[in-house]
Amino acid sequence: MPAAAKPRLAVFKFASCDGCQLSVLDLEDELLAIAGALDIANFMEATARVVDGPYDLSLVEGSVTTAEDARRIREIRAQSRVLVTIGACATSGGIQALKNFADVEEYRKAVYARPEYIHTLATSTPIADHVPVDFELRGCPISKTQLVELVSAYLDRRTPNVPTDSVCVECKRRGNVCVLVAHGTPCMGPVTQAGCGAICPAYNRGCYGCFGPQPNLNGPSMVGKLGEVGMPPDHIRRFFRTFNVNAPPFRAVSESIGEKAP
Amino acid sequence: MTERTIQVDYLARVEGEGALKVRIQGDKVEDVALKIFEPPRFFEAFLRGRGYAEAPDITARICGICPVAYQMSSCHAMEAALGVKVGGPIRELRRLLYCGEWIESHVLHIYLLHAPDFLGYPDAIHLAKDHPAEVKMGLALKKVGNALMTLLGGREVHPVNVRVGGFYRAPTVDELRAFRPELETALGMAEATVRFCAGLDFPDLEEDYEFVALQHEREYALNEGEIVSSRGLRIRANHYEDHFEEQHVAYSNALQSVHKGSGSYLVGPLARFALNFDRLSPRARSIAKEVGLAPPVRNPFRSILVRGVETVYAIEESIRIIDHYTRPDAPAVELPPVTTAVRGSAGTEAPRGLLFHRYDLAPGGLIREAKIVAPTSQNQKRIEDDLRHLVEKSLALDEAALTDRCERAIRNHDPCISCATHFLKLEVERS
Repeated sequence: MPAAAKPRLAVFKFASCDGCQLSVLDLEDELLAIAGALDIANFMEATARVVDGPYDLSLVEGSVTTAEDARRIREIRAQSRVLVTIGACATSGGIQALKNFADVEEYRKAVYARPEYIHTLATSTPIADHVPVDFELRGCPISKTQLVELVSAYLDRRTPNVPTDSVCVECKRRGNVCVLVAHGTPCMGPVTQAGCGAICPAYNRGCYGCFGPQPNLNGPSMVGKLGEVGMPPDHIRRFFRTFNVNAPPFRAVSESIGEKAP
Repeated sequence: MTERTIQVDYLARVEGEGALKVRIQGDKVEDVALKIFEPPRFFEAFLRGRGYAEAPDITARICGICPVAYQMSSCHAMEAALGVKVGGPIRELRRLLYCGEWIESHVLHIYLLHAPDFLGYPDAIHLAKDHPAEVKMGLALKKVGNALMTLLGGREVHPVNVRVGGFYRAPTVDELRAFRPELETALGMAEATVRFCAGLDFPDLEEDYEFVALQHEREYALNEGEIVSSRGLRIRANHYEDHFEEQHVAYSNALQSVHKGSGSYLVGPLARFALNFDRLSPRARSIAKEVGLAPPVRNPFRSILVRGVETVYAIEESIRIIDHYTRPDAPAVELPPVTTAVRGSAGTEAPRGLLFHRYDLAPGGLIREAKIVAPTSQNQKRIEDDLRHLVEKSLALDEAALTDRCERAIRNHDPCISCATHFLKLEVERS
């Protein structure tokens, strides 16, 4: 196939750790095949070659935290036929959305000696708060399996098979012993969307929610169970305030617990 | 007098978002600014009020390329605060996990980010069209690093198995032994990588670096040691802030570190190689000798070779650890309650260099203050010095060639902008 006939792939970065776009380069067995099927037209972390848009498939990593980035994502949307957000920062605002709950002026002074040099919005928000998003891959980081499924589905012109079950379902499938029930280890598996392969319970720890809220979660029941296994309320609140803190269902749970403790 | 500006708005093949601007007046470089426009994420601010046990998972999210470094520096700093010492097989497992990250990160840089510069390609994909065997070998080698991280950590980006005091689950002897054959194959590929890199053409540049790295009495330091410099500094991590300070410049969202009283310094592979060469493993020393690499290496373009030697080391060390491994009775040591206000500091060797963490904990164990100094923050000022000298030597080049040379000089140090922004865009202005 001549290069011009290949669909154009772009990868864009907003506020993030680079881990999700690194997942593209971590596809050691598939990378050259992907580059054979798609023209990598704009991917600054991987190539100095930049082809102007429009792009057929744009993967967007990171959250919007500056006025310039709020402008840039609209420009990228206008240049993208299909736009997919990848990872917790892009889909929910990421760990940096903790600032949505704090005084950013104070944050700036706490980290930077010359806060007047720093330009930042008061909030970290997901891409979908700014532009329409066609599909999202959850996770902190995303799953490589789901990434390959996304690209394959795009090339086959079908909807990606990305289940929205809870981590509990993956745990059962993997044959893990339930760390919450059997060991009393605090675990967010019941309220967290599948996709990681239930790795935390497989390593004898509780899920910490990095794939974000499962669509039909039962927040009060989860909070009750965590209390039952001995997690204090302020700790439960922090448990919901990590990499998907700004995802509305997790946010609602954490706000229902109250603000008194640190 | 002619005025020239060299400008790169968005540096490619570095981790994160940065730019460069160089202003030249006649034959003198007036100003070099490595700009970091990666937006700030305020980790040190929102760590306050979190439990000490949360720091490894939260700080890992500063960098998807070297999450283990953040996990290790935070664990060691917390353990220093708690007065806990982790030894035996748990300590060895930490080194093994760190070796996985060194392999993955170094090989990513060698083949996907750095090698295309020497051979005139925009990226590894185009490089692969003419050099398929080398790129495929690079990807296979990188995969071994990632597989080692996945084995020990559950996944390669943001591993889930690390905690203050050790791990959640220690692997069995059989699980580790099963991985040995892959490492043996990888060792040969890593040596072939060093030989491949030795055939590249290196621009002339010799820099008078002050090298700073951890130094351990016996080991090539990863997790433990004193902070030493090539100009005689020797301190423990808890005195780091007495000797190094971060400065904030207007054009950057990253903080730049200086060695108080002496200015810029260099951390990373060149520093470790210069200071700790005699602690390298036999095959790592032997391949260095074979390609004529002796410490100190002061040409930053040759850092690709040092990363290759360090990859050989990380693989050989992994094999050694696996051969001597016995499964610990518990995957982590017990941690005492935090009853008084305590402080803990630690530095570990991230692939890009020394990563310093310091935490102040309140009674009960919540973080009161956090300080994190990433390798790229420490190298940023030194990279600007490299650029100044390189541009002054290369004024005869036209704009395109000079810009290309500058971008390469930045990539020599594998800057991680995501890390430094708690970094980068190239503009060269000639006047």
